[in-house]
Amino acid sequence: MLAHIGYGALWLAFLLSLYAIGTAFYGAQRHKPAWAESARRAALLVWPMLTLVAVSIIALLLTNQFQIEFVTSVTSREMPLYLKITALWGGQAGSLIFWSWLMATFTFALMLRSWARDREFLPWVIIVTMVTLAFFLGLSLFVENPFARLWATANGHIVKAMFRPAGAMPFTPQDGNGLNPLLRHPGMILHPPFLYSGFVAFVIPYAFAMASLITGRTDARWIRLTRRWSLAAWLFLSLGLILGMRWSYDVLGWGGYWGWDPVEVAALLPWLSGTAFLHSVMIQEKEELLKHWNMVLIILTYALVIFGTFLTRSGVLSSVHAFAQSSIGPLFFAFIGITFTISLYLLMRRWNALKSDLKIESLLSREALFTFNNLVFMGIVVVAFWGVIFPILSELVTGQKVTVGPPFYQKATGPLFALLLLLMGIAPLSAWGYASARRLKKLLIVPLTLSLLTVAGLAALGVRSVWALLGFWLVALTGFVTIGEFVRGVRARMRRGESPFTAFVRLLARNRRRYGGYIVHLGVIVMAAGIIGTQFFATQTQATVPQGGKITLGRYAMTYDGLQEFFARDGRHVARAIVSVYKDGQKVGTVHPRRDFYVDSQQPMTIPGVRSTWLDDFYVILVDWQPISVEGATFKVYRQPLVNWIWMGALIFILGTLVAAWPEPDPEAAKRPSPRRARRAAKAATP
Amino acid sequence: MSNRNKFLIGAFFIAAAVVYLIFSATKASAQYFLTVNELLARKSEFVGKNVRISGAVLGKTIHYDPQTLELRFTIAHVPGDNKVVEAQGGLEKVLHEAVNDPNRAHLDVVYHGPRPDLLKNEAQAIITGHLGNDGVFYADELLLKCPSHYEDAVPNQAQSSPSNNNQ
Repeated sequence: MLAHIGYGALWLAFLLSLYAIGTAFYGAQRHKPAWAESARRAALLVWPMLTLVAVSIIALLLTNQFQIEFVTSVTSREMPLYLKITALWGGQAGSLIFWSWLMATFTFALMLRSWARDREFLPWVIIVTMVTLAFFLGLSLFVENPFARLWATANGHIVKAMFRPAGAMPFTPQDGNGLNPLLRHPGMILHPPFLYSGFVAFVIPYAFAMASLITGRTDARWIRLTRRWSLAAWLFLSLGLILGMRWSYDVLGWGGYWGWDPVEVAALLPWLSGTAFLHSVMIQEKEELLKHWNMVLIILTYALVIFGTFLTRSGVLSSVHAFAQSSIGPLFFAFIGITFTISLYLLMRRWNALKSDLKIESLLSREALFTFNNLVFMGIVVVAFWGVIFPILSELVTGQKVTVGPPFYQKATGPLFALLLLLMGIAPLSAWGYASARRLKKLLIVPLTLSLLTVAGLAALGVRSVWALLGFWLVALTGFVTIGEFVRGVRARMRRGESPFTAFVRLLARNRRRYGGYIVHLGVIVMAAGIIGTQFFATQTQATVPQGGKITLGRYAMTYDGLQEFFARDGRHVARAIVSVYKDGQKVGTVHPRRDFYVDSQQPMTIPGVRSTWLDDFYVILVDWQPISVEGATFKVYRQPLVNWIWMGALIFILGTLVAAWPEPDPEAAKRPSPRRARRAAKAATP
Repeated sequence: MSNRNKFLIGAFFIAAAVVYLIFSATKASAQYFLTVNELLARKSEFVGKNVRISGAVLGKTIHYDPQTLELRFTIAHVPGDNKVVEAQGGLEKVLHEAVNDPNRAHLDVVYHGPRPDLLKNEAQAIITGHLGNDGVFYADELLLKCPSHYEDAVPNQAQSSPSNNNQ
């Protein structure tokens, strides 16, 4: 019954989105606002319909309706309540519905805004969002139906279908398969919603960009309208990536946080192009430059968002993230191809209208440095994209599967990330329009000196790797420049008689975008220090020791004090080692690495014991143990220097994004053109 | 030189650097993904080279010494193409047949490290490493997959009588 209600609502949502596309198109063609208004209302209705769909799936999950194939595949009787709810995005069919529901939620919010100033955009924004949504709803209806149930056919096979196949009997398993235990972690529960929200929110700036191309209203209005959507999308995507890293570090038990898995890369790709987009739209707002480029970036970001969803959902690439092989691959491929071609066609049509009579005047101007930053970001996108498609390409061309692993990404993106750091350090010091090398040098002297002192200090402390020192130098330089920007701003205000604290708060409050951006930069710098620390200085060892035995790793040592084995209430068998951690001979703590064995799914799970400080993490994994013998247990031990800086940097980063996205008290302040443009405008006005 | 040209040169250098990085890194880290048959057929070509192979684990051959952390096992050839695997009845069936077919090509594997959780009979092993002159494959990295563990399409072991509830 419940399944039929949900299925009906899914059909209604699909038909409503098609109706909205049709009426919006007709209304735009014939200039009939009433039709566009009807389309808007249909688009609004999609959200309650999809909410009903999602609620009915959750109700099915909560009530153990194992006759539904999806429920059987992701839940089991003894799973706790919250996991049964979040199992919605634990499997293919449910996660597609979840994607659609988020898309509908964002569209709903968008449809409720005041469109008075942007009437002409409305029908096209509806069309783009609803086409995207209709595609996903179509997949759910025709390929991956979450409401399909199980049937026993006459010849004894179990099949899944929405309606009774001829001669089949309904079939209800006693219990479900249960959610993969690796996914039963807070990080994993929140990671997909954030990642998907990020994916979905980027559809909205894309929709406005397309509306702007179609209507010919090609000024920066679409960028101003969607600035906060872009920032929100970017923030969600960043959070999704960071939570994924944290999950990997806490649960997967391999001592790392980023493995360049194809699916991780697929989520990173839209983040990279989105970051480039966030930077380059600033140039269009300030200088009316790079209009074509911004269009290209948002089109690319949209394509990469769909591509990312496609990679996670299609099973094309084998990875820890992949769900079972599915037939939705070619459909995704076709959808990306068609939307990409149409977008490029629209861009070509308006190519001349987007031309700007302004040029970049100086290589050291901020717009020039921003453009270089964009090129480097695109370079990283190309590298990462190459890494993902290389196995597929090589098989197509040579018939031989050739893959590239993490070393490829490290080698090829490392120098580009370093270049990005350098540009991030210089760009804030240069000015819009024209910047002289002399002024830049003057501003660079102090941070440069401080950063060189830092490097000298690190070398004196025993850091010998040239590449690591180079990395730390870039981090220090960029860090000092960014802090210097805050100091300069605060000082200027203090000269007007403000106290340091008031000056700092007002500096932030009056220039949220600029200083919010700098806070984000500081977050990136702190993360970069953490990444350099773990990339260059991580050490590891492994050994089998008897009870009371000791394993040494650098200045650290651990002893194996004992083992506890017990059954947990949720059907896990737990083996938990008691390990004391020593640093320089002093006991600094006790950790409990453990192995959980999920009896229902026959799946073991390795949870590390971690002693965490600002300087480094001591990370212990219980690999193997002999219950009643003297052989003891096998441990793998890692020392991860500065890994906490990554999580700390992430928090700063989030804070900065929030500052930058906070509504301006004076909305016109953000639109103030640069002095150069103002001068030009004044000149043009007085012939 | 005009600024425009200077700018284009800068852009060109970035593009050239990206192309260079892609090619050098691909060359340095490209890894052939081979089946056991392919590796054995082109032995001389691949000895000592870093490759990735896949095969079905023979449960009886697994031998682990927790003192030295030395893990030895043998894998049997399975087809590498997904379509072929599907045509032969799915991964689970293909792995089962590979293990029980005495005529399949076999390859001995040595690995140093912890024994992976999923290493068991009829698991699919994806192994990175190199073939030694002695005909043994020295593994640096093991990745194991048990087809039955992830999202089964249909719970075939569930024992239940047909019911008509919730209609």
